[in-house]
Amino acid sequence: MTVTVPAPVRTPSNNHGGAVQTSLLSRVVPMGIMTIAAVYVLLPLWWLLVGASKDQGQLADGNPLWFSDLRLLSNLDQLFAYRDGIFLRWMLNSLAYTGGAALLGTLLAGMCGYALAKYRFPGREVLFNVILGGVLVPATALALPLFLMFSTVHAANTFWSVFLPSLVNPFGVYLARIYAATSVPDDLMEAARIDGAGEVRTFFTVSARLMAPAFLTIFLFHFVAIWNNFLLPLIMLGNEKLFPVTLGLYTWNSQATQNPELRGLVLIGALVSIVPMIAVFLLLQRFWRGGLNAGSLK
Amino acid sequence: MLFFVLPFSTLFGLFAVIPIAYAVVQSLFIVQRTGTFGRAREVFGGLTQYGRVFSDVPFWTSVGRVLMFGAVQVPVMLGLALLFALLLDSGLVRGRWFFRLAFFLPYAVPGVIAAIMWGYLYSPQLSPFTAVTSNVDLLSADLVLWSMANVVTWVYVGYNMLIIYSALLAIPPEIYEAAKLDGAGPVRTAISIKIPLILPALVLTTVFSIIGTLQLLAEPQVFRSFSSAVSSTYTPNLTVYSTSSVPNFNLAAAFSVVLALSIFLLSFTFLRFTQRRGIR
Repeated sequence: MTVTVPAPVRTPSNNHGGAVQTSLLSRVVPMGIMTIAAVYVLLPLWWLLVGASKDQGQLADGNPLWFSDLRLLSNLDQLFAYRDGIFLRWMLNSLAYTGGAALLGTLLAGMCGYALAKYRFPGREVLFNVILGGVLVPATALALPLFLMFSTVHAANTFWSVFLPSLVNPFGVYLARIYAATSVPDDLMEAARIDGAGEVRTFFTVSARLMAPAFLTIFLFHFVAIWNNFLLPLIMLGNEKLFPVTLGLYTWNSQATQNPELRGLVLIGALVSIVPMIAVFLLLQRFWRGGLNAGSLK
Repeated sequence: MLFFVLPFSTLFGLFAVIPIAYAVVQSLFIVQRTGTFGRAREVFGGLTQYGRVFSDVPFWTSVGRVLMFGAVQVPVMLGLALLFALLLDSGLVRGRWFFRLAFFLPYAVPGVIAAIMWGYLYSPQLSPFTAVTSNVDLLSADLVLWSMANVVTWVYVGYNMLIIYSALLAIPPEIYEAAKLDGAGPVRTAISIKIPLILPALVLTTVFSIIGTLQLLAEPQVFRSFSSAVSSTYTPNLTVYSTSSVPNFNLAAAFSVVLALSIFLLSFTFLRFTQRRGIR
């Protein structure tokens, strides 16, 4: 007696969800949902690209979702020339605030998380719990007292008043601790010690390398957090030469009711400000996925 | 050991612990003036500021507003994120890399920029969707809250989708074998196997979304230049900001202490509640 095995409807793909059967309907509906959602997600960005490439007077004329006269370059010229190139300065400020603080902040959070995972010392659990509590403290609740503190030492409205508080990333410590605990073997640290390396040297030559994926993840999350932080610069900074690009565009947008020529600049500025970030996202997207998963391991 | 712990701990103390303590201290003082134009001086006022916080009607209206916002926006956003993640994971969707990337892109757009962009899209004179905006005033007092909910959803739905999707990818494939043998279809597998296994990721995204909702600031602050319906006390955070720029720092400090405690309590309660239900 032979057992007839039904032929597989479809060869299993590299994904493991494993559709048992795929009728036409069960293919069309999911694709339909995903396509509609993708349009919803991408259309505003497309509109921004098209709008930024138009003559500003024509923003409302013609097909708003298609290019009419490609004025992107002259619009860019105008953006960067406006008020002695203040926009470029804002972009560079953003780079310094986000890039600089995220790099340094990642190193500090990584070191702290590493120590919490790998060394036993009195107060370790207390320290970890306090830092973990810091994850839940809203950044907005800190901004105002920070402003008052910086004011009392006459340091508000300086680069440092935004940069220094941005260094603190408790979630990074949490991630680094989880990662160091599982990926840095005690034996390896022991071996490095026997070879005569000090603790600091062991960290930088052995442990930090093993923790590289965690460092990258922490950096990415930290970068976005600072990039998105609006309240701290809004409260702290009065001098527009110190503004990050988000705050700069915000002030232009608020002035656009009196000064409509700013409308076009806000549009093209918004486009320019998000392009570098999108490029970073595309380049680093496979690391993002690993990192997001690390965050949900609880 | 100290070399590793001290730098972070020092900064954490300076820029996280001390500010909170400082806000608490500030909130206990009141400003007194001798005469109308006299010198202002701070005197200890006990819980005076908190009395004002609790009797401040606009503040509690704004708290109610963000709670209503969160009660609708968070489930809608996370429901969509879960649906998209399950579809991506089901094998029924082609071009997964494209959808993954496309959905994640808005996360690269800061809240302020996203709000400005959508503000343009909602404005009748500028919007490409004139058929909609000339009939429905998306910036009116009735709708502006939900227009903002759309902005927040737009920015974060893909981010949450990726967290959930990553959790789905981490499920060992063997777990599906039994379900397959029992003849469970994709929907049944999703509901009975996948969702229970990714609950920790759902809890995480929910907590982050609750924190985000109560901190709502950039969107309403930007929308003030598009819509007169958004007042300076529209959300609790806006109240803190506008109180501090009056300036009444002591009252603003009391507001932010109350707000921080509420966020803490809400996230904690949610975590406790879900943990009691057997989620690790």
